[in-house]
Amino acid sequence: MAETSREGTGTIEALSLVPKAEAKQSMKDFKSDQEVRWCPGCGDYAILAAVQGFMPELGLAKENIVFVSGIGCSSRFPYYMNTYGMHSIHGRAPAIATGLATSRRDLSVWVVTGDGDALSIGGNHLIHALRRNVNLKILLFNNRIYGLTKGQYSPTSEVGKITKSTPMGSLDAPFNPVSLAIGAEASFVARTVDSDRKHLTEVLRQAAAHPGTALVEIYQNCNIFNDGAFEALKDKQQAEEAVIRLEHGKPIRFGSDLGKGVVRDPVTGDLKVVSVTAENEAQVLVHDAYAPSATTAFALSRLADPDTLHRTPIGIFRSVDRPVYDAQMSDQLDIAIEQNGKGDLAALLTGGDTWTVVG
Amino acid sequence: MTSQVSSPEEQPGEQADETAARGEQREPAGVKATSGKTADAKTADVQTAGVRAPGTFETLETPAAKDATVGVKDATAGAKDVRRLDRVIIRFAGDSGDGMQLTGDRFTSETASFGNDLSTLPNFPAEIRAPAGTLPGVSSFQLHFADHDILTPGDAPDVLVAMNPAALKANVTDLPRGAEIIVNTDEFTKRALQKVGYAASPLEDGSLDGYSVHPVPLTTLTVEALKEFDLSRKEAERSKNMFALGLLSWMYHRPTEGTERFLRTKFARKPDIAAANIAAFRAGWNFGETTEDFAVSYEVAPAAQAFPVGTYRNISGNLALSYGLIAASRQADLPLYLGSYPITPASDILHELSRHKNFGVRTFQAEDEIAGIGAALGAAFGGSLAVTTTSGPGVALKSETIGLAVSLELPLLVVDIQRGGPSTGLPTKTEQADLLQAMYGRNGEAPVPVIAPRTPADCFDAALEAVRIALTYRTPVFLLSDGYLANGSEPWRIPEPDELPDLRVQFAQGPNHTLDDGSEVFWPYKRDPQTLARPWAIPGTPGLEHRIGGIEKQDGTGNISYDPANHDFMVRTRRAKVDGIEVPDLQVDDPHGAKTLVLGWGSTYGPITAAVRRLRAAGEAVAQAHLRHLNPFPRNLGTVLERYDKVVIPEMNLGQLATLIRAKYLVDAQSYTQVNGMPFKAEQLATALKEAIDG
Repeated sequence: MAETSREGTGTIEALSLVPKAEAKQSMKDFKSDQEVRWCPGCGDYAILAAVQGFMPELGLAKENIVFVSGIGCSSRFPYYMNTYGMHSIHGRAPAIATGLATSRRDLSVWVVTGDGDALSIGGNHLIHALRRNVNLKILLFNNRIYGLTKGQYSPTSEVGKITKSTPMGSLDAPFNPVSLAIGAEASFVARTVDSDRKHLTEVLRQAAAHPGTALVEIYQNCNIFNDGAFEALKDKQQAEEAVIRLEHGKPIRFGSDLGKGVVRDPVTGDLKVVSVTAENEAQVLVHDAYAPSATTAFALSRLADPDTLHRTPIGIFRSVDRPVYDAQMSDQLDIAIEQNGKGDLAALLTGGDTWTVVG
Repeated sequence: MTSQVSSPEEQPGEQADETAARGEQREPAGVKATSGKTADAKTADVQTAGVRAPGTFETLETPAAKDATVGVKDATAGAKDVRRLDRVIIRFAGDSGDGMQLTGDRFTSETASFGNDLSTLPNFPAEIRAPAGTLPGVSSFQLHFADHDILTPGDAPDVLVAMNPAALKANVTDLPRGAEIIVNTDEFTKRALQKVGYAASPLEDGSLDGYSVHPVPLTTLTVEALKEFDLSRKEAERSKNMFALGLLSWMYHRPTEGTERFLRTKFARKPDIAAANIAAFRAGWNFGETTEDFAVSYEVAPAAQAFPVGTYRNISGNLALSYGLIAASRQADLPLYLGSYPITPASDILHELSRHKNFGVRTFQAEDEIAGIGAALGAAFGGSLAVTTTSGPGVALKSETIGLAVSLELPLLVVDIQRGGPSTGLPTKTEQADLLQAMYGRNGEAPVPVIAPRTPADCFDAALEAVRIALTYRTPVFLLSDGYLANGSEPWRIPEPDELPDLRVQFAQGPNHTLDDGSEVFWPYKRDPQTLARPWAIPGTPGLEHRIGGIEKQDGTGNISYDPANHDFMVRTRRAKVDGIEVPDLQVDDPHGAKTLVLGWGSTYGPITAAVRRLRAAGEAVAQAHLRHLNPFPRNLGTVLERYDKVVIPEMNLGQLATLIRAKYLVDAQSYTQVNGMPFKAEQLATALKEAIDG
């Protein structure tokens, strides 16, 4: 869990079994020949460009990279990556990717999913993938709406959302994907925004290096059915007050002139935002993404106002080392061979009690 | 040996009425009269032509050599009489907590190692511990063993071991008059009797007159036998099933070393418990040997002549299926990957495969049925031999993913151990009612090959065959076993690994298509012209990067396509691929040129074949054929059906195969069905078939 161990082994450990590319790669190498068919102006374009731009940095043989998706706008993603890919069925990508990643440790497996796909129909698979800590990188495009089915509210839509299926306003309290992931024992949880290429790329970099399941929530604008959903985080003026950038080892401060800070309430233990003064400056929380306890990461995930998105932290909430499922599964196979020898079919079939019939 | 497909010899045991099994020694005149006759098939045919009286069957069932042994003294049984039988059906019945399944398993193992042919029928409630002493809480295990080839667990027991009044009440109506009943009298208390509605004790009110009742205070005797052990009374009582096993082992001259070894291993960490159980087991044996109530013991000779040369073991359907999967993995040289969610009666396959990681087997217990098959499909994409195991309700949940596998055209085995439905249904009982679900239970035109094993041991070969189809044709395949096959067991000739089929496949290695401009490309949906299978290009193969999915694909390139003509072509091509699967022709067993064909599939093979033997022994001509391949059907099925005036299809559902046959071949097939959670009884089927022949 210590910071040093994370930084010392991360990249190597997560991708150590994946063959490296023989030649230097460029963004172009990762573009497939398929025409991209998202709506003009969709946030998905920016995410696709960021991923395609980032992949050469990993330097992996692209035939050993697989993108698996479910159903929804974002799930068309694999078609546009010149890697192996599977566009599967609604909500099931984490399950399918789990089978692939646990059987092929030489692959870098990425899941692309949306808020409906991952949190509604596929909620069960998401939480179980997170708790198992399979070597998967899950990119959750959250646009807080159903796009492909033309505009119904999603499990991350704010309460009271007026949509085609909720003309009088939606009644459901939304999920906070980061809180959910932390509650599901995720070992790596981050949030970023489609329009901030630099931040998005840095988060991808850290997710790729993480051994185990990494969940990256990407706020993504649906300009057709939920345009401006994240405007508070994107508009320069508003963003200053709305966005809390989490950086490991740095005090959690935001606002104009970083005048606001996050401190721990000594009475409740919860986190709260205060105006930073000379007296309280020392109490401003220093972000520790590698803290063994998930408590503070969870508290950080609760700071945002689900309606206005004010005080929304972005960055790495949590990144800890936990045993990786596929590595352990593989270890058990090795141990079984050590203990019992390599499987002998004739001996297995014969078993214990036999009798022989002679001619 | 039940796995023989078309043995023309009628086997004496199966021809006979159940009461004859143990009864021939008690039929003084009739039996003696036939002494000296051989029991070979031709003689039997001549003797039985047109004769249907059960008594006549009994005489036929008695091979001459066997009478000679009556009264022979056996050294191990002291001065008591030893009689020889050709077959016996025993049912152990007790509370679900009494250990009847274990007792039955052990008796079966002893019997298997002795070399009898055998067939078993475990029958237990879905509850782990149903209320004690009640009828729903009764758990039983029936075992049929013989010195010749047998096919079923038997219609009616010759011997019932009843550990309490509930076990007696739940089973006594299945017994023919004259059957032996061994009861644990200690449990026949007023309260226990009342619990199951006995106003008076059946041991005293004369209601068991006509049976041969052995009242044994099993509990008291067990506790007495274990008094020198440091056990509470309750702990000591738990060994009463081993006492009963010891007694029955004495009665039928079973070898005991295996059971003692088993107990020592099972309780290796509790040597005192092992010792107590062994002591109870031996006490049961000694009780039989010394007490006067048991004057006779029985021998059932090994069934050496029923078996082809080879080494044999006893095996249950789920174990055979598990071994079949491991063998297929080896023969395909692909790592086995099982994605599964626990469900009765399929969980034992998950348990078994998880024990064999040293074969490179990965087992993944998923969060639900959907994730189980999802993980398997992901592993298939990665080049594993992928399997998911479940029962009917799980198939319903997996349907969408099976459809995806149809679209992706990846090899995937879907094992459905059918149980009573609909919904949760009867989890521990058997049924064949998922056939239409396997055939049609998906959205769109989504054809999936379907194959079904016919006996417990046949689950091994059926698994290999299902894998062959999945790998050759790059398709999901249904393997439809059921609860009866899964938990039932029989002797199995252990194959040598080099007898097994070669299942190796070739992954795509490079481009497979030349574009007009001369460039070489990889087309993931360019098909093998023979099989119509598409290439299996696994991640990690350079240059073959491609994307697949559930959206309709363009022929060849595999790119997304909504083109109407392309969709029409792809739907028809997927169908043509499955229709074109090479399957062996249907074998018909018809020695007498019958006019009526009885057609079955799956686990009804045993009862149908036993019924057919009875009918033929009685002089009826009836043809029999049994389907392993339900989709596609064997090529010759249509012409086979045309040869017969009547086609009768017995099924443990409401006529699902009959529906398929009628629809496809326009044949007026008659359906004979049963959905009571139990396999057909041979006698019942024989009667129904006789009516069909005469009708």
